[in-house]
This record gives sequence, structure tokens and C-alpha cells, in this order.
Amino acid sequence: MSATAQTIDRISPETNLFESILELIRRTSTQLPDDVVRAVTGARKNEVEGSNADVALNVIGCNIGLARDSSLPLCQDTGTILFYVHTPAGYDQLAFEEIATEAVRLATKKGYLRQNSVDSITGKNTGDNTGPGSPVFHFHQWRQPHIEVKLMLKGGGCENMNAQYSLPHPDLGGRDLKGVENAILDCVLQAQGQGCGPGILGVCIGGDRGSGYAYAKEQLLRLLDDTNPDPVLAEIEEHVVEKANQSGIGPMGFGGKTTLLACKIGTLNRLPASFFVSIAYMCWAYRRRGAEIDLGGNVTEWLY
Amino acid sequence: MALVKLTTPIDEAIIRSLHVGDTVTITGRLYTGRDAVHHRIHTGTKPPVDLEGHIIYHCGPVMVKEGDQWVCKAAGPTTSSREEPYQWEVMRDYRIRGVIGKGGMGEKTLAACKEYGAVYLHAIGGAAQVCAASIKRVDGVDWMDLGSPEAIWHLWVEDFMAIVTMDAHGQSLHKSVFEESKARLDAMKC
Repeated sequence: MSATAQTIDRISPETNLFESILELIRRTSTQLPDDVVRAVTGARKNEVEGSNADVALNVIGCNIGLARDSSLPLCQDTGTILFYVHTPAGYDQLAFEEIATEAVRLATKKGYLRQNSVDSITGKNTGDNTGPGSPVFHFHQWRQPHIEVKLMLKGGGCENMNAQYSLPHPDLGGRDLKGVENAILDCVLQAQGQGCGPGILGVCIGGDRGSGYAYAKEQLLRLLDDTNPDPVLAEIEEHVVEKANQSGIGPMGFGGKTTLLACKIGTLNRLPASFFVSIAYMCWAYRRRGAEIDLGGNVTEWLY
Repeated sequence: MALVKLTTPIDEAIIRSLHVGDTVTITGRLYTGRDAVHHRIHTGTKPPVDLEGHIIYHCGPVMVKEGDQWVCKAAGPTTSSREEPYQWEVMRDYRIRGVIGKGGMGEKTLAACKEYGAVYLHAIGGAAQVCAASIKRVDGVDWMDLGSPEAIWHLWVEDFMAIVTMDAHGQSLHKSVFEESKARLDAMKC
């Protein structure tokens, strides 16, 4: 142990943390958050009764209820396991990571999560959702006395529909808000039903290619019915949803009026030479949950 | 738009009578097969089961072993477009009568559906519990070395619902929705 490590007064997570994270995983995989349930089930009234779009939204509604009642995964693709964690300064994040990883292993064994971590060269599945890059942890420190954990499970079908545009673009326009809007709608067009629409978009304008995609995904931590505090971004969000829902792509790409449930946009500064629009496409099976946890590892409040 | 009950294995004539927009319910054996299975067949390995008259389900289920028995915990469709390079060949060589998946497939598969007598059946993506409710038994598994989500699972299903979105007459809902949505979005461009 180095001298530096010895002098840090570390706060170690208690064993209750393991149970709290396991329960967070179970809830995330099996219970869609209320804001998403409201949006996806409420969309059915806009579709023609008996149409394929109506049938799709009806099945989606049934599926949400079945998964919740039977405590089984809403979707078999339990996706990339993304933890967004805020901890007090001095908290032992390495211990948190170890405990949360153990909880992922047990959640996989229990069938809350599918065996979803595959060696990219050999194709071998590790069988327990661990391995290089899995699960994913985004740690931040804050001045609060407790821990906040948000968990997102993002399926591969929608992840494959993510897109990144570099403006100017010959067909989509220049480095302005029109170019941004056209780029986002091109992503919707290309995705069609392949990302399990109705979809939700997280978008980042700016950043580099890496930070842009990461920040786009972070926009998906926002509530569906919130309003962007930046009126310029709020207006693009609204335009994108309106236009997408007039495109006729519809749920599952079957045709219909519900193509997007929401669009959430954030910005990062960019280099003078770069102008990226990064889009994270989320499926209707939008699994994100969270918890506030005390230093004893107990959940004090469930989020979402 | 008809509601048609199918029992596997299925006759070619029945498959050729289906049209885009028809709803089907399937009873009988289904085999899962996705990326790694299609790639392995494409590179020359014969499938371990007789696929003639059957339907391949593009699906990587959540399976848990309880005692000696595999139990299916969740089993919705995966995105089919990734099998586009291989699917036509499997239709030609092994006489499958269709695939179930989500998101639709491209021109090669559409042409193969017409030539060899097959359809593309769309299940509801993400609806893993509704799909799993139709799976009554897991009868076996092959190619487990590919990992559980990629293996060939032998499922027994009753009244598994899907919508015909590509038929053996050259029609594709995906093609028509893409063309129409492109025209509409082009007209709304800033």
C-alpha cells in the first residue's frame, strides 16, 4: 500500500449495499419507470383502433404488466449495464465497484439479467456479465452526505441505431440548428423500427466523438416530461418529436403516429474544427431506475 | 388482413398464401438462431436439426436451469437485419418457411422469400414476457458453445403471435414505410 493510500480516511461501503444494488437491478430489469409507462401507454389513443400500431402498443402495455407482476425481465436483452454513481468525497469507489459487480453476477444467476458479456475476438461469453467494459461505471464525487446510484439497461437493438453526424453534411446542412435538427431526424429515418420504437432520443451537440456519445446517453437520465431549461434546446426537442411523429414510421416501424416519445438534448463545447451531433436511440423498453443510499448501504429513497 | 393459425412444420402452399398485414399464431416447434448460428451455417457447418418446414426465431432468450430443466425467463425478438447477408442462403439450402424477428430485412431476403416460399414474421420487439408466455417448454439446446443467447434453443410454442411484414409475393411493409417516411421527412426538412 502506498503512503498516499494510507493517509486517506476512506469510507467503506457496508454489506447492505450488496442487497440494495441487487434490488435496484431487479427493479430496473422488471419494472418500467412511471414516466415511461405513462408515455407509451398514453400514445395508444393516437393510433387507429385495430391497426398494427395499435396492436403493437397493446402488446407493449401487456408486456409491461406481465414483467412487473412476475418479476421477470421486461426485455430479454438486458443490455449494457450502465451505473451512474455520485458519492461523497473520500468514499471508497473501488469497493463500491466490487460490490456492485458481485450484485451483477448474482442478478445474472437469478435471471434478472441475460448473460450479455462476450469477448470481442473469441466470441466467448463470460456467463456472468462481467469482463472488460462490463458493467460500466460512471463515478462522480459530490458534496452530499449520501450516495446516488442511477442504473440504465440499454439493449443492443437500440444501441445499434445510435448515430453520430459531423456537420456540415452535404445532405443535412451546416453548423447551425437547422443542420442539427435535420441530422437528428435522419437518425430517426435510418432507425425505422429497428431500435424498438416508439423511441426516446438522447442527443449531444458538441464535444468530441467519445464525450459526445457519453453525454447523449446521459440525457436519457432526464424525466420524459421535463422541460429543457434552455429555451432554444427545448424548441428543437419539440420540433424533432413533432416531425418524427408525422413521418409515419410508427411503433415498431409498422406505420402510425407514434415514432418518438421524447427527445432530450444537451450541449458540450466543441473545438473550432469539429461539430458533432451524437444521438443515443433508446427503445420503448427504457429501463432506468435509481436510488439514494446512505453510508450504511440502505436505500433511503427510490428514484424515478 | 387475415388471422391464420400455423402449425410447424408448415407447407409451402400455406406460406405462399400469406400476405403482408396478416396476423399469424404459431403452434409447434420453434428453433432460435441469431448472429453466431447464421455465421456458422454460412461458413459450412450443417445445422444440428432438420429445419425443413420450420421457422427460425431471431432471439437470444434468458434461460435459467432449474434442476435438470431449462426454463425460459424472457424471449422477445432481436434485430433481424444483421442476418441479411446469410438468411437467403439458409432459406435456399434448408427449406425453412420463415423467420421471426424484428425490424424487417432487406432485398436479398425478400427475393429469397419469393423464390423459395418463405415469409418474414414480425414479433413485438421488447415484449419478452408476452412472447415467453407462448413458450410452453424448452425441449433442448444445441451449439451451447456459442453462449446461451446465441445457442439453438428448441422451443415448444402455443399461439405465438406475429405479423407478416414481408411475404412470398415480393411485398415488404418495411420497404413501403421507409419510402413513405423518407418522402415525408424530406418535405419537412429545415
